[in-house]
Amino acid sequence: MRAETIERQVARAAWLFLAPALLLIGLFFFLPAAAALVLSLTDFDIYALADIGNARVVGASNYARLIDHPLFWTALKNTFYFALGCGPLTVLVALVAALLVNAPLTRSRTFFRTAYFVPFVTTLVAVAIVWRYLYHKNYGLLNYTLGAFGIEPVDWLGDPTWAMPAIILMAVWKNFGYYMLIFIAGLQAIPRELYEAAELDGASAWRRFLHVTLPQLGPSLVFVGVVVMIGYFQLFAEPYVMTQGGPLKSTTSLVLLMYEEGFRWWRMGFAAAIAFVLFVIILIWTLIQRRLEPKAA
Amino acid sequence: MQVKHPRQSVMIRGKRFRHCDGSSLRSSVAICGSIGLLAIYAACGRAEGAGEVTLRFWAMGAEGEQVAKLVPQFERENPGIRVRVQQIPWTAAHEKLLTAHVGKSTPDVAQLGNTWIPEFEALGALRSLGALIAQSTIVRPEGFFPGIWATNIVDDTVYGIPWYVDTRVLFYRKDLLARAGWREMPTTWADWRRAMEDIKRTVGNDRWAIFLPTNEWAQPAILGMQAGSPLLKDGGRWGAFSDPEFLRAFEFYLGLYRDGLAPVYGNTDIANVFQEFERGLFVFYITGPWNIGEFGRRLPAELQDDWATAPLPGPTGPASGLSTAGGSSLVLFEESEHPAEAWELIEFLSRPDIQVRFYQETGDLPARVESWQDTVLSRNDKALAFRQQLERVKPVPLVPEIELIMAKLIDYSEQSIRGGVPPAEAMRRLDDEVNHILEKRRWILERRMARAAP
Amino acid sequence: MRRAWQSVLLHVALVAGAVVALLPIVWMIAASFMPTGEATTLPPKFIPSNPTLEHYRAVFTRLDMGRYLLNSTLVALLVTGTSLVINAMAGYAFAKLRFRGRDVTFRVLTAGLMLPVQVVMLPLFLFFKQLGLINTYWGVIIPSMASIFAIFLIRQYATAIPDDLLDAARIDGASEARIFRAVVLPVIIPILATLAIWTFLTTWNDFMWPLIVLSDERRYTLPVALANLLGEHVQDVELMMAGSVLTIMPVLAVFLFLQRYYIRGIMAGSVKG
Repeated sequence: MRAETIERQVARAAWLFLAPALLLIGLFFFLPAAAALVLSLTDFDIYALADIGNARVVGASNYARLIDHPLFWTALKNTFYFALGCGPLTVLVALVAALLVNAPLTRSRTFFRTAYFVPFVTTLVAVAIVWRYLYHKNYGLLNYTLGAFGIEPVDWLGDPTWAMPAIILMAVWKNFGYYMLIFIAGLQAIPRELYEAAELDGASAWRRFLHVTLPQLGPSLVFVGVVVMIGYFQLFAEPYVMTQGGPLKSTTSLVLLMYEEGFRWWRMGFAAAIAFVLFVIILIWTLIQRRLEPKAA
Repeated sequence: MQVKHPRQSVMIRGKRFRHCDGSSLRSSVAICGSIGLLAIYAACGRAEGAGEVTLRFWAMGAEGEQVAKLVPQFERENPGIRVRVQQIPWTAAHEKLLTAHVGKSTPDVAQLGNTWIPEFEALGALRSLGALIAQSTIVRPEGFFPGIWATNIVDDTVYGIPWYVDTRVLFYRKDLLARAGWREMPTTWADWRRAMEDIKRTVGNDRWAIFLPTNEWAQPAILGMQAGSPLLKDGGRWGAFSDPEFLRAFEFYLGLYRDGLAPVYGNTDIANVFQEFERGLFVFYITGPWNIGEFGRRLPAELQDDWATAPLPGPTGPASGLSTAGGSSLVLFEESEHPAEAWELIEFLSRPDIQVRFYQETGDLPARVESWQDTVLSRNDKALAFRQQLERVKPVPLVPEIELIMAKLIDYSEQSIRGGVPPAEAMRRLDDEVNHILEKRRWILERRMARAAP
Repeated sequence: MRRAWQSVLLHVALVAGAVVALLPIVWMIAASFMPTGEATTLPPKFIPSNPTLEHYRAVFTRLDMGRYLLNSTLVALLVTGTSLVINAMAGYAFAKLRFRGRDVTFRVLTAGLMLPVQVVMLPLFLFFKQLGLINTYWGVIIPSMASIFAIFLIRQYATAIPDDLLDAARIDGASEARIFRAVVLPVIIPILATLAIWTFLTTWNDFMWPLIVLSDERRYTLPVALANLLGEHVQDVELMMAGSVLTIMPVLAVFLFLQRYYIRGIMAGSVKG
């Protein structure tokens, strides 16, 4: 009898505790997400914004329109270029940084760890502006440094072939510190005995890395690589601030295209279709991630 | 209006804001919980002196910076009205105005590119000005350039008062043109093209006859209108870019790149237009009025006699040398709570004396004809070309979708210029897309007609 | 001997890495103190010839960034404060309270982790238009007040609280609210600390949604204001750098002072980027 009342009390308290969060997430996340699907089946635009009676249900025609919309394919290509270029590179740099910081000989470990992590906490918009100047063709630090090695100045953000690599480089700089921390945690979890045994066998540092570190870290390496890319598929602020999607649309990402279609030209139905393509990409990537997820974690 | 280069301004805008008192705010932080703070903070932003009206005025780019200097005089002449100028960069202006409309936070008065007026009218954001104009002694339609006034009318109703006009003329190097054997500025396409070929022969490989930024729509649109293309046909229902008139102009335009007369550069590929003009990287440059002042300031004194402006050549001579009827207008928003005071501000900014002062600050050409008579303007021979050009201007089609369509014109032109897509094919694709964009407009028009019919 | 040589090499690499990581930030700070034009001279400088505060003065007076600083602070603090309470209650409920439908609700919620926020933005904008939340602080704050991810983390952490502890309190007649306050909160403080820093940093740095929702300059947050200023002042490098310093310094300070809690949280595998 008493246990029963307590149980009921607990259940009631639970729903009360959950209410604010569920209400907020339901109203402002799940509901709009469902509405986005509906929106993508309409031609909601500036006329509809003035008068909802001007919106029509158009079925899948926004999606059909995407298929023969050259800019959509450009944006899709750019987004994958960025994510596939930036993901592995971030993991690689993060891994190297983690190995260096975590090396037994390293002194002032905390200092280096913090130094490498600092770019990650900075405000993206602000550092994108800083990098815009660092990439300046004539006065930028990067070209100046390259010039010291006899390399001709590159018009980083003005040249369609270099604009995306430039953005990738900046994103790697900005984000590697975070994944470095994850790898350091991973490295510290590797049992010491494994290294000691390898050392006894006379294995070199390189072989120890190949035969102990990599296999131990391997699963989380792939996992992190996939997770990194999910974030990178949502590229927006960098091209918005640094290139406005140019030159020649070479840095227009899916999210930037969605922003422009939706909030610049107010073709919200069409923009919602673009958003759903993004959703599908991320969904596929998440499913891949779940398959790769290390069981131990 | 035509999207301008963001102008390089060394000076920082002098903006006039009235602030919350910092100290009282700090103490309230200490007292209130954070939610209470939010309410106080929001309320504080709204605080106003008793009986005083604060107008919110949005202006774009350099105009926003300069118009703030005229505000003190207005405030002196109209005690009880204060004006808060918000400056918006051109690149974000369109989004911000729409968001403001959606969020019911439009300003009282704003500068609006005249091609944007149909769009904001379609949204019901703008107040009709007919009654105010009828009573006004300052704003009279006949005082303005007719081609420009016309851009402010949607379905026979006036929604904006032209503030400054913007059209395109030719800026050129007289000395380099003469060196190529041309004493006079040619006035037909055929002669113009011959002159460019002659120039190219004299300047060599790494220099050009004309700089036509690949990412500006004004140039191909102007050439098209000169060749007789309406750009959109059947009341703005369909694209007319793959019709013979526009194609003829587009071939001419494309030929300039193909034959090495114009470099394949966007306007960001040339870091400093003035420097390159001085060095003779190009001889012709189609651009707008603000550059009269810029060229005057930034080019060295010894070059000042060697450059000039001229109305645009046309396919068959001067009469066909049309240009765009661009510019910015001042509009009143439907949501404004102070339309009477806001109209005072528009009238003030429309006064000929104020227009001339504004011209002196910005180089923007006044939209009123009388501002051109016997003023600093009429004495400036470089502005003369604009005066002549303004007699021959035509607006781009006044449909809400025009900004988007012009952005697409750039995209598809670049496909031909850089990507080698044959011109007819590129324009066919453009029309496909334009027709798709206009589908909604056709539907709206049809429905409106069906409803009007008994 | 070989070991010493290795150590030198290692530290050269470490220092080189630190230089690359910090150089953009150091240059930003240096340029913000340079007289106009000095940041665009060759060779690039790292020490201002004639340090000046003029750009900071301009940033606060003419560009009114003090206001944006206040806006950013307000929004970030409000989001951090409210979301912490809301997420902590929900996370605890999922972890320790038994009720029907718990697992289903939780599974539906975590499925939402796969939805990119951009999908939500278009309808949310229209929705907020209806509610009159466009161009308000609340329009920025509300969507961040509850986070599935934070709930997920708190739940994970709170699962470790022994049931006996809670049951004992119940038998003593403590209300559920009291148990939450007196028993649960003290235990989950570490994860809350990490989350607080994470939320503050993310909100401060957030760009896209504030950009969409805010139209009136007076409500801009720092990143939105900065991107806006770039349109007019691209040429004024030193001025833009002063604005960037102002935007970055508060988060950098928060991080440097509290990094212990933050880094510990990440290394424990709790916070994502």
